[in-house]
Order: sequence, then structure tokens, then C-alpha cells
Amino acid sequence: MDLDPEGIFRDDSDEEDDSVQEREANKEMVVYLIDASPKMFTPAGVNQTDEMEETHFHTIANCITQSLKTQIVGRSYDEVAICFFNTKEKKNLQDLAGVYVYNVSDREPLDRPDARLIKEFSSIQDSFMSNIGSRYGITSGSRENTLHNALWVAQALLRKGSVKTVSKRILIFTNEDDPFGGITGAVKTDMIRTTIQRARDAQDLGLSIELLPLSRPDEKFNMSLFYADLIGLEGDEIAQYLPSSGEKLEDMTNQLKKRMMKKRKVKTLAFAITNDVCIEVNSYALVRQTTPGAITWLDSISNLPLKAERSFICNDTGALLQDPQKRFQLYNDKIIKFSVRELSDVKRVSSHHLRLLGFKPLDCLKDYHNLRPSTFIYPSDEQIVGSTRVFVALHSSMLRLGRFALAFYGNPTRPQLVALVAQEEVTSSGGQIEPPGMHMIHLPYSDDVRYPEEVHMTSGDALRATDEQIKKASNLLRRIDLKNFSVCQFANPALQRHYGILEALALGEDEMPDVNDETLPDAEGLSRPGVVKAIDEFKASVYGENYDQDEAEAAAAKAGASKKRKASTDAAAQKSAAYDWAELADTGKLKDMTVVELKSYLTAHDLPVSGKKEALISRILTHLGK
Amino acid sequence: MARNKEALVLLLDVGPSMCGVLQEVENICSTLVHKKLVYSRSDEVGVVLFGTEETCNELAKELGGYKHVVVARDIKVVDEGTTHALQNLPRGTSPGDFLDAVVVGLDMLIRKFGNAKGKQRLCLITDAKHPLRDPPQGTKEDQVDTIADQMKRHEIKMDCIVFRESGVCHNAVMDENDQLLYHFRERSVAKVVQVDSPTSLLGALRTRNVLPVTVFRGDLEVSSNFKIKVWAYKKTSEEKFPTLKKYSDKAPASDKFASHEVKVDYEYKSVLEPDMVVPPDQRIKGYLYGPQVVPISSAEWEAVKFKPEKGVKLLGFADRSSISRHHFMKDVFSFVPEPGNTRASVAVSALARAMDEMSKVAILRCVWRQGQGNVALGVLTPNISSVKNVPDSFYLNILPFAEDIREFQFRSFSNLPSSSRPTEEQQEAADKLVKMLDLAPPGREEILKPDFTPNPMLERFYSFLDLKSKQPDAKVPPVDKCLKRIMEPDPDVVDYQAPLIKNLGNSFELKENPKKKKARTQDRLIYAGADDQSKLLEEPSAKQIGVMGILYPPTEKVGEIGDNNPVQDFEAMLAQRSSPAWVQKAIDEMQKYTTALLQNSREGDDYQKALECVVALRKACIIEQEPKEFNVFLTNLYERFRTVDVAKFFQLLWSKNISLINKEEAPDSDVTEEMARSFYLKPEPSSQ
Repeated sequence: MDLDPEGIFRDDSDEEDDSVQEREANKEMVVYLIDASPKMFTPAGVNQTDEMEETHFHTIANCITQSLKTQIVGRSYDEVAICFFNTKEKKNLQDLAGVYVYNVSDREPLDRPDARLIKEFSSIQDSFMSNIGSRYGITSGSRENTLHNALWVAQALLRKGSVKTVSKRILIFTNEDDPFGGITGAVKTDMIRTTIQRARDAQDLGLSIELLPLSRPDEKFNMSLFYADLIGLEGDEIAQYLPSSGEKLEDMTNQLKKRMMKKRKVKTLAFAITNDVCIEVNSYALVRQTTPGAITWLDSISNLPLKAERSFICNDTGALLQDPQKRFQLYNDKIIKFSVRELSDVKRVSSHHLRLLGFKPLDCLKDYHNLRPSTFIYPSDEQIVGSTRVFVALHSSMLRLGRFALAFYGNPTRPQLVALVAQEEVTSSGGQIEPPGMHMIHLPYSDDVRYPEEVHMTSGDALRATDEQIKKASNLLRRIDLKNFSVCQFANPALQRHYGILEALALGEDEMPDVNDETLPDAEGLSRPGVVKAIDEFKASVYGENYDQDEAEAAAAKAGASKKRKASTDAAAQKSAAYDWAELADTGKLKDMTVVELKSYLTAHDLPVSGKKEALISRILTHLGK
Repeated sequence: MARNKEALVLLLDVGPSMCGVLQEVENICSTLVHKKLVYSRSDEVGVVLFGTEETCNELAKELGGYKHVVVARDIKVVDEGTTHALQNLPRGTSPGDFLDAVVVGLDMLIRKFGNAKGKQRLCLITDAKHPLRDPPQGTKEDQVDTIADQMKRHEIKMDCIVFRESGVCHNAVMDENDQLLYHFRERSVAKVVQVDSPTSLLGALRTRNVLPVTVFRGDLEVSSNFKIKVWAYKKTSEEKFPTLKKYSDKAPASDKFASHEVKVDYEYKSVLEPDMVVPPDQRIKGYLYGPQVVPISSAEWEAVKFKPEKGVKLLGFADRSSISRHHFMKDVFSFVPEPGNTRASVAVSALARAMDEMSKVAILRCVWRQGQGNVALGVLTPNISSVKNVPDSFYLNILPFAEDIREFQFRSFSNLPSSSRPTEEQQEAADKLVKMLDLAPPGREEILKPDFTPNPMLERFYSFLDLKSKQPDAKVPPVDKCLKRIMEPDPDVVDYQAPLIKNLGNSFELKENPKKKKARTQDRLIYAGADDQSKLLEEPSAKQIGVMGILYPPTEKVGEIGDNNPVQDFEAMLAQRSSPAWVQKAIDEMQKYTTALLQNSREGDDYQKALECVVALRKACIIEQEPKEFNVFLTNLYERFRTVDVAKFFQLLWSKNISLINKEEAPDSDVTEEMARSFYLKPEPSSQ
């Protein structure tokens, strides 16, 4: 199957082997359990007087919509179910009260997200109250336990697929830290007990339950009231879970988005620091090029998928072969055969995954020491207890001393030197911006580095800018300054367009969406007088005053060159007119003419003049129509 | 075809002071020839040795002088002779004079090619430690000038590699020699690199010629009114492991011209009619959108797809610190001013130097070609030239788009439990390690600089290729000593820092997590290759060796199911776990073995053994979540044997309650408990 038929998104570097692996191995099934109690619909801010106050429900709906959109692009094999609790209506297989499993037509409750789901869910708030409705589910007097019901439904939804191959998660969104606060006595303890038992059962089945609490600036979400017990947190783990005090709703949205995304590790690696100390780290692909998804070939008549069959045919005899196990390389015009096993032995040059070689100051890592996107590593104590401790110690030493670690990454397909650059944690009010850990940067080998700047060496000294010119340049730099530039502020216009088109076609819409290309320069900003002045000054300083004039002359000279070409065509036309070509051709005398004479005809008629004499003659004959 | 054809003369110093690294010189030159034998068969190579005892070159014969220079091989198209000439280089006896060698090499090239065009190159490897012979007239500097003029006239370039062990004191002679070599560089005919370790010597010579090709030629648009003419090249590009062709052994041995190639044919078949091949013009591309497949023809797609205009545009300048190093996405480009365009050179130089001074970078939007379907965002960083006759330029790294970033959250190191945080003493041990294992010590060249580090895998492949051309059944040789330096820490350094390293080992306690003994296949931590067993023994505690031994038993034991201990063999194979394929293999082997056992069984004497096998297989299939494997196997077995006398075997299985794996046992199974119970009781025509 061809992943990228046009090859537009492909460079000479092929797709990372690890990212493919990552996609296949870690399929995920998620149930979003959303609290729909009236409390979720009260305005989230405190002192805001805006008319349209955002509610927590609104925030969550937006987050989920966005997450579904990213998912359909990046991880479309994952399956999702959306389920509300504390609703008026009920819709679930078990027919439990207060739980509503949201779905669209032609889709299983737990299934891959499709275009229709995203479209309809993105406007859910308009119809939620009329179709599904909100109410407090756990109240004194009724013996209903909507939270318990919700967990039950979620667990039932996640029944399909084996836990060994699929990771299954339940994500609870709520702003109620004490769901059983409204009731008292034996009923309360009983309800709490059964709910927690329900959660334990689910966890025992390998489902992970996560909570995404929303809190208000004036009242913090108190984990220890109930939810710490529900998801089985202890002691300092609770601190981890606490949402930041939600100063801004945007920040909370960002945090939610990050929390909704499950961390997928690429691999577990052994990191040998010395011969005795070998720790365990997990690697994560935090930066990878997103490409438009796979294509499949369809029958153009029935639109049904086609099955690709591969066959191996012997070039010499035409015999059909089984998948041949031998490879060969021409060397000195001889065929040298290798078995697949031998090749993999050659490639396996190292025994450890990651082997520390030493440390270097950060300025040894040059801008051109790069080949592929980096990989992030974070310690794990899962198999080797104590790994985190060693890693943290090294991490802080490296940060303090301004050094990176040089290590050898013995990846069997592509063993490579890597730089491990310690990353300090960066946080803002919107949560973590850069996680703590190390970035593994793949370094080139000597044969991978080229020296294009030396290709055009001048015989004398190369020109250097004067201080005055540099000053003008500095001024220009100051003028065209991108304040607060952040790497990921631009969406990829090609991808946006690609998926925009697909979405429109999938939903059967006629109109093609218009995608805004954010990567174009800010024309308005560049035409501000100050900027224009700085540019002009710099231009005058490096190009001289009469650059534009010179350029115009150069352009004219080019035109002159084309004039010259025209002149030579005219000359050729004259020359070729001296012969009666048709007659020469008929009498077979063309072959007696010189190449120069033949070419004059070709030039006069604007035909290519390349090739041997025979080629020229046949070209003339073709042109004469003979 | 011969556009990139090259004639190269290797000028190798074999004088006494080079003795220690002659092996590496041999290796690097051999690799160069090996690659030429694969990629550029028509290139020509000559070999000149200097510092030899003997003298043998045309100039000495004709003019006298030029002593201790031997032409080991004339300039000829590469073949075995060339590799042979580079083996067992003689250990020279007299100090080498590299200028003499350069003249001899130059003379060879001029004699052979005269004024003919074509790429011609000299490659000098020397330690340049010894005083040069004084020229008959003028100074040595003048002599260099004369040589450089000749080289210019014939467009001959030179690579000089100066090897000096680290720690060698510089003396006046060396300085003078270096000056002479740099003088070549200033005349723009040579490139000089200095290396100080055998490993970097291996990486100092470009062993494969790549014709530099521009990715883009045109304007760097600062604004619509101000543009700088630049050319963009690749600065780094990965040299790949060669793609070997598939070999077909079908051609008769008598056919001398057989290509032995294998053609791969793809046929697209309709799902409805599996026998019908759908021709290319009846196929249409379907793009996946979630579970939906959206069919679009190429023409339609062409009409609606994103089509940016060709051009490189400046978005603005940003602080260097706003771009993290780990966001560089790909191989790197280099932007050089348009050759011969002085205005462009000055403009690039001014911008680059201003950016360097102010620690700024430029953000660009790049569309290299017309008709390209995407844009790239890049960060331009200055590359201030340190060599006088090389112009200032820029590097360009591709940046990610918003879609390319995954924001995972990780636990902050500051709120880890104290059991995961290092104590003061441990922190100190780590600090010491980071300080002492210094690969860029003051006063010497950086160790393992990427620019001088060869690719060990490729080096190994090409030397194995050459070996195989001589001995077709040769085994893969172990990794060369010098290449080991790239993959493992230098043992000398390790010995020297032994107390420190030991200290680190003592300060931290690492333990296998006992609960995780049966980790899943992918989480396997150490390659258990046959030659790595020694590594395992280096692991710290005896207990750990035990664990490792269980987890990763030596490979030679497993791989087959023997007759003596089939169940144990099977379990060993499963424990191998080097890849998920092993599990499959183990299951396959076990199925085959059991089937064979039943087939060959006489009077049920092997039933007990077969029973054990089936029990083991069943257990494994439940653990490995492969219930289908077992169920299909058992069903087939039953279908096949129940009518013959082996049927008794199934009664035995039934009596032991061994049936299909049901849903309760493995969620992936589609067999209900009821189905499993009644498996042997199906109303089948019994043979009894």
C-alpha cells in the first residue's frame, strides 16, 4: 500500500520505523464520561460580567471536539465512546438511569471517530438541553447512583478487545468534588462503597480510570473528599492530580487537552551509564512529522477496496519465486551474495540500547548536527528499580554544568551517535510547556556532513560585511522582530487543506473549505514605514544606491541575450533557406551534408539540435513529414 | 554518465612516525576504494607512498631527487589491484617529505590527463612532523605557490589530513609545515583537516563523492522590495545502508550473463472477484478519514489541493532562545550567497553577523519548487566562516508545525517521592562523572566529533563486502578496534576513572523489579545476542544475573523443539521473547511437533507425551493471548485424526478436560464455554 502517492510529504529520509511501530502497538479505547449535572452548566468564571459566560460543560465539549479532530488525523484507529451522566434521558444497553451514551448513525457506541460524529458533537450544546437534559443524579430520597451507573456502562462499553493489545481508559470530567455530598447516613456510605468497588473491578480488568477535575477560582476541587479513593491515589500522588487553580479558562483547556492525550512510549531502552550501572528509560516521540494518512486503492467502478498482491519473478527465467531470502550487491562487477541473517549481523554493531560515552559542553552541538526529529527520554522504574534516581542526578548535573551526554544508540536498523540534551521543566499558568527529561538528538556521521559552503571558494578573500553594514542589519533585525515566537504556532496549511477536503467529501458537502495559510509573511507589518525604512537603509548599505537600476540593466542584458539567440536563429534560417530540403530528403542526400548544415535547418525550425547525425537526419525527416 | 567521474591520487605518508596508524590509513583508503567499486566503477585511483626506504617514481628517474617516494600504483580504473596496493603498506624508514609527494602526484595526474577536463583530486595523509627538503631556488612558500598555480591551471583539488596524536608538543617544524598546508588552503586549492585519534582519522576522509546539487536557487525575500540571491544545498544528508537486491538462484549455472535479479510485481485484485486483476486505469485512490475511505481521482485532487507559490520568504526574526534545539526536524540545509554575486555575499554576511551578535534567528517559509504540495517552516541560523576565502552563510533547519507536536505531560522531577530523588552524596557522584568523562577536554581536539566520526555499520559492511568477494562463505568479522571507540567508552579512560565509576556504582542501588519478571516481549531490555553474553555477566549483583539468565536464556539452546524435552524446549523458546515473532515461531514449532508425534505414534505409546505438549501449548496460548492459534490447531487436529485410530487420544484429552480455549479464559477467543464443553461431542459420524 502506498502511503503517500505524490511523495510530497516525503523527503529522502523515510518514515521513522519507530513511529509506525508506535501506531500499531498502542491502539487505544477511551470512554469519555462527562458529568452533565446542572453544576456543570453554571458559569465557570467568578467576577465576569460578560453575557456569554463559559461553562465547564462548554469547555469540555470544546476539548473533546478538538481532541476528536486531532485523533481522526493522527490516530484514527483508536476508538472512542462519549457518555454523559446525570442526565434526564437515559440511553444505554443496561438501561440504567441517568446515563446517556452519545452516538451518531452508522456507528457503534465505541468505535473510531468519524466525520459525522465530530460534526454533530461540535454543536452538541445547542441541542443538549432539549434532547438529553441535565439534572442532579444523586439526591437524597432516590436510591439512584448515577456515577456508579456511569462506570458500569463505561466498563461494559470497553468489553471488546483484549487488554493485552489495547489500552483502555475511562476519563471522567467533572467539577463536583463531592458527588455524594447531598445525601447522608447509611445510604451514603453504602453508595460510596459500591461505587468504589465498581471502580476497583474495572481497574482489576485492566481499565485505567482517570479524572479530569475542573475547579473554579473560588473553590478548589478537593480530591481527598472522594475521587482519590475512586481512582486509588495515595499521599503525594494527589498533588499531581490537582488542577492548577484555573485562573484562566484557557489554561484549563490547555491542561485538559494535554491530559486527554495518553502518553505513548515508543520503546523501553536500557541506558548503560557505566559497565555496572544500567538504567531503564522510556522513549517518546514528542515531535514527529504528521503526514496525511494512508491511501488505499479502490476499484473506480464499485469504490470497493482492492487487495494488493505481491509476487516475485526471476528476471532471468521468469519463474515465480517465494520470497527470496538471499540478497546481493554488485561489487567490482561481481555478484556478492548475503543472507538476511548476515546483513542483520553486520548491522548489529552494539549490544546495548544506549551506551554513555561521555559529556561535552553544549556549544559542541552545532546547528547542523541534525538528521531526524528528536526523541524524548524519561526514566522508568518499572523493571529496574532505582533508574529514576540515577537519571535525575545526571539530569541535574548536566543542566548545572551546561553539558550534554554523548551516547551510542544501538538501534539495530540504524545504529547512531546521539546527543542527550537535558531539558529543564518549563511551566506556565497553562501547565507544563516542556517536560523534564532528555532530548535524544540524532547526530550525523562524517559521511553525512557536506561542505556546500566550500564549493564556491573564491580565490581571493571572501567578502565580509563592514561594521556599518552590520549595524544596519541589526537595525533591520530589531524592526522585523517576531515577539513571543513559538515553534508550534503555525498549522500546516497543506495538512489542513488535505483534511478539510476529506471532511467535506466525507460529509458529502459540495463546498470545498477555504484554509487560511498562516505561514505567509505579515504583509501589513512589513509595509509599516519604520520597517520599510530599515529595509531600504540596509539595502542601500549592502547593495549600493543604484542596485535597482543595475538589476534592470541586468534584466535588459538578459533580454539582449535572447535577442542574440533570435539573431542566430535568423542566420540559420537564411543559411537553411539556401537548400531545398525536401528534394535533398527525397534523393537521400541528407546523409552527405555536414552536421553544421543539418543543424541550421533544425535551428531555423526551432527543433532540438542534440544527438548523432542519424538522429538529426531522422528528426529532419519527421519534420518534413517523410 | 561519467559526469561525476573522478581521478584520485592517494598520497600516503608511511614514514616511521606514521607506523602506529598505518592500519587505519589502510582501512580508510580501502573503504574509499570499496565504495568506488560499488558506486563509481569508472573512477581511477593511483597510490603514492612517501617516507619509504626505496624510491620509485618518474620524476626521480627523469630529474633525480624526489627520494623516498614510491608510486605503488599508477592511476588506473579501480579493481582488486587497487585494494591490493593498499594492503600491508610497507613500514617506511625515512621521514616523509609531503611536498615531494604532492609534486609526484600532481605530475602523475598531469601526465595522464593533460588538459582533459574531469574531476581530479589529490588526497594527502601525513603527520607533517618532519622538516621538508629546501627547494633548489626560492623559499618553500614560493614552491607551494608554484604548485598551487599548477593545480589551479588543471583544476586539481587537494584534501590534506594531518594526523598527530593528542599530547604531541608542537614544534617549529610542525608549525612551518602547517603554515605551508594552510597556504595551499588560502590559495583555494586545498582543504586541511587536523585529527588526533585513529578513530577520527577514519572519519576524516570523505569516502564517497556526492555531487553537490542545489535544492533551490533564487531569492531570499526579506520584503517584496528587498531580495537576496541565494543557493540552497543540503548540509547534512544521511548516507544510507545500500539497498541490496533480491537474489534469484533460478538461472542455470551455465548462464554467465544471468542478472540473478528478482522483479517484484504488484497486482491489484478486486475483493469480490479474487481472480480478476484490476488494471491501473480502473483504480482510484481512496484517502482514509477515520473509518471512512474517500475516493478521489488524481485529477480532482490536483484541482483542489494546496498549491503554494515557489519562493523563500522571511517571516521575521526571533530570539535564538525561542527555538529549542530539539525542534529541529530533519537534515539540515545550507544557504550560500549566489556564487559570483558580490552584493549577495555582503548582504548575507551582514545579516549573518548581525544575527550572530544579537543571538537572533530568522524564520522562513520555504517552497523549494513550483508545484510542491506543501510548505516548510525553517529557522535560519548564521554560519560565520572562520576561513578567509569561504563566504559567510546560513544553516536552515526545518521546524515542526502545530500538528507535529505532541504535548505529553510528565511528572515533574521536583515532586518525585524522595525514594526517586538522589541524595546529596549521589548527586555529587553524578556531578563528578559528568565532569570527569569529558569528551572535549581543554587543549585537545573534541573526541568523537560527528564531523570526523565514521559510520561503524557502513565501515563494517564495506569491509565485509570486500572479504566476501574473496571468501564467499566468510563469517561476519567482529567490529574493528577503532570503530569500537564509537560505540563504547574508551577503556583507557574507563580504567583511569575507575574509582570514580565504581563510586557511582556504589552510590546507587539498582534492582530488578521482582514483580516484572515476565515482562512483555517489547519491554526486553538487553539484546541477547550470542556475543553479548559476557555483557550480561557484567551486571552488578549475582541475583540479577539469575534474573537475566531466566529472562534471556542463551540463544543457542532454543530455536528447535527436540524429542527429549519438547515441553521445556517450547517454554524456552517462548521465554526467548526477542521479538513477537518468537512466540509465533514457538507455537508453530510446537504444533508441528505434536502433529508429527501423533502421526508417527504406534498404539498410543506417545499419547502421554503428546498430551503434555497439547497442555503446554494450550497454556501458552492463553498466556500469550493467542487463543485462535490453539483453537484452530485443535480443531484441525481433531478433524484430521478423529476418524483414524488416534481418536483414542481425543478421549484422553476429553477426560482431562482439555478442550478449546473459551472466552472466559482469553477475551480474544470467540468460543463460548458451552462450545468448548461440547467440542468432542459434536454429532459426527464416529468411526468406532
